[in-house]
Amino acid sequence: MHRVYLDNNATTPVLPEVFEAMRPYFAECFGNASSIHHHGQESRAAVEDARESVAHLLGCSASEIVFTSGGTESDNLAVAGWVAAGDHVVTSSIEHHAVLHACKHLETMGCEVTVLPVDGRGMIDPADVRRALRPNTKLISLMMANNETGVLQPVDEIGKIAAEAKILFHTDAVQAAAKVAIDVRRIGCDALSISGHKIHAPQGVGALYVKKGTRIQPLFHGGRHERSRRAGTENVPGIVGLGKAAQLAKESLDRGDDKVLSAMRDRLEQGILAQVDDASVNGWGATRVPNTTNIRFDHIEGESLVIALDLKGLAVSTGAACSSGAIEPSHVLIAMGLRPEQARASIRFSLGKQTTQADIEFALGLVPEAVARLRAISPRYTKQVVASS
Amino acid sequence: MSGGVDSSTVAAMLRAEGHNVIGLTMQLWNQRRLAGREGMPEAVHGRCCSLDDIYDARRVAQQIGIPYYVINHEDRFERDVVRPFVQEYLSGRTPIPCSLCNNHLKFDQLLVVAQQIGADRVATGHYARVLYDEARGRWLLKRPADSSKDQTYFLFGLTQEQLSRTLFPLGDMTKPQVRELAHRHGLAIAEKPDSQEICFVPGGDYKRFIDAYLAEQGESLPDTAGELVTTSGEVIGEHSGIHNFTVGQRKGLGVATGSPLYVIQISGADKQVMVGGDEHLYSRVLRVRRTNLISVDDLREPMQVKVKIRHRHEPAAATIEASGEDEICVTFDEPQRAITPGQAAVFYDGDVVVGGGWIA
Repeated sequence: MHRVYLDNNATTPVLPEVFEAMRPYFAECFGNASSIHHHGQESRAAVEDARESVAHLLGCSASEIVFTSGGTESDNLAVAGWVAAGDHVVTSSIEHHAVLHACKHLETMGCEVTVLPVDGRGMIDPADVRRALRPNTKLISLMMANNETGVLQPVDEIGKIAAEAKILFHTDAVQAAAKVAIDVRRIGCDALSISGHKIHAPQGVGALYVKKGTRIQPLFHGGRHERSRRAGTENVPGIVGLGKAAQLAKESLDRGDDKVLSAMRDRLEQGILAQVDDASVNGWGATRVPNTTNIRFDHIEGESLVIALDLKGLAVSTGAACSSGAIEPSHVLIAMGLRPEQARASIRFSLGKQTTQADIEFALGLVPEAVARLRAISPRYTKQVVASS
Repeated sequence: MSGGVDSSTVAAMLRAEGHNVIGLTMQLWNQRRLAGREGMPEAVHGRCCSLDDIYDARRVAQQIGIPYYVINHEDRFERDVVRPFVQEYLSGRTPIPCSLCNNHLKFDQLLVVAQQIGADRVATGHYARVLYDEARGRWLLKRPADSSKDQTYFLFGLTQEQLSRTLFPLGDMTKPQVRELAHRHGLAIAEKPDSQEICFVPGGDYKRFIDAYLAEQGESLPDTAGELVTTSGEVIGEHSGIHNFTVGQRKGLGVATGSPLYVIQISGADKQVMVGGDEHLYSRVLRVRRTNLISVDDLREPMQVKVKIRHRHEPAAATIEASGEDEICVTFDEPQRAITPGQAAVFYDGDVVVGGGWIA
């Protein structure tokens, strides 16, 4: 079956160049980057090259990059790495669970947490951030781009507020990296998370920028890897992949490829809106990353639409998968004020570097018809039930 | 696909026959939701919708090579099955959640999803038979080959349209044959034990479930305590709440008398529980409401059938006739023991399900 993948905010395919860059680091150059011999030096060099690439993508120096196992670890390290019982943390209702649940955990350890609301477009108001600050506020953790809507948050302003108040600022940039230019100095953040597999590197690798001079408590205890910020033998092939993906992302952003991506996204979005009644874009009116559109198709079950499209070869997503694999309504859309049935009627399309114009036309050929089919069938059975109560 | 042997074998059979099969599991209830509350068990093992069962279903789907999805109908299940289940007990009736689930979820929502994703039919692991009768021009629901596994009692609510789109591939098989077939398909779940109890009530302790559910909802258990009375109306004691009783129940009445006492009747209106000797449990007449007819389109004149009044009841000869708007009167040839409001009465003509309704 011809398959088209438009779920790149979930994960992306490893680019061929990335795969090639990683290839030698499994069997040939297998050394432990901490070893003093030739094998170790080979791996160390590769890790440090990768660190420079990632630093270049984020606008920081290489020593400020800590490699991790992924976005979740980066977020947890940043959220837990500075606070102690009695401290106050400011976050938002649209954060990824890696931040939200880490903050919940902090509460059980005696921290106070303020969860900021968002407006109907899914944006955090910097004035809310300012108002939420308390004398014991230690950390602000607010994302740069939302995973479900793609809405970019006013991190520059929030960074200024944090700097003025001398409060640490972490931003989860997992969904922003490689899609928009990132400059940690301009944002003024103290920590910034990225994930490898969202930028065409493999799963299982990520990084956290930690501003020079800010001491962070490690999550893992062991050897003195990553300048004692993250114990554990480096995932050399993964780190090499992340480095290569970061380099490609930087080149791509410098070339302006994001405009090509946003043009394809807009074509998909406008094509769907033109063909489907009662459809609207969640996050409309806000600045969004170029690859994401989240569309609400009123009166449908997003779950059924995702299954119907998958059976026809189009991979998209709705809500968040819970542990069983069943779908729960998106907490992000609920936070934006959607009713649960509206959240469940919303579908996320997210493009990647491999997405072609033909993929967009394929999607446009399927989605309107599938929505029409769902809508035609929906109310049919409900009236015939032999009710018992 | 529940992750059990029946639905897994159905999937494997249909796949082997060359059908284009899509596996679906309905996520209906989060088993951990009430764990540890009001004395509910902390750990819940292997009942439907548990992660273990979904894992089993997914592994079977992968093994036989079909696409597989979990669909979330927790909201609907709570609204149409769990809430009414609690409400029925609190009103002094004894509900059957499995029938509610069949009517509102499995053969309603699931059929909608099936149609939406382009599937022509829904196949389940129920033990029952469905076939089209040319002469009558109707879809029939029939008892299965394995009478010990007969699930037609829980399926009486199926409409003609629902039946027309349903497959029960196990209808001609016995349970041992199903297990053997599961083995032949190499399914790891071939020897998985059958589920016996109400899927969302671990250990079958519905009283504790009601306590835990209401506590979770922030609702207090309504005071349904009242008097215990004899069949002649004499008050002989107090009881702790009508939801703790079922018609025909003997134990736990809290009164000591010379001869065995049974619950004869539960009155939701005045919270009275009537007790009496076994002989008072028998009656010949009952009425059902919210009826559904399958083998006939209408009950124009009285009809001789056999009627089953609970899952483990041997159908008894009776006459059924329409007695009002959406109401049927059932008159048994011989008095039947413990006719229980809230249960279903299902009518059979031989192996064919004529229809049924809810005992008023």
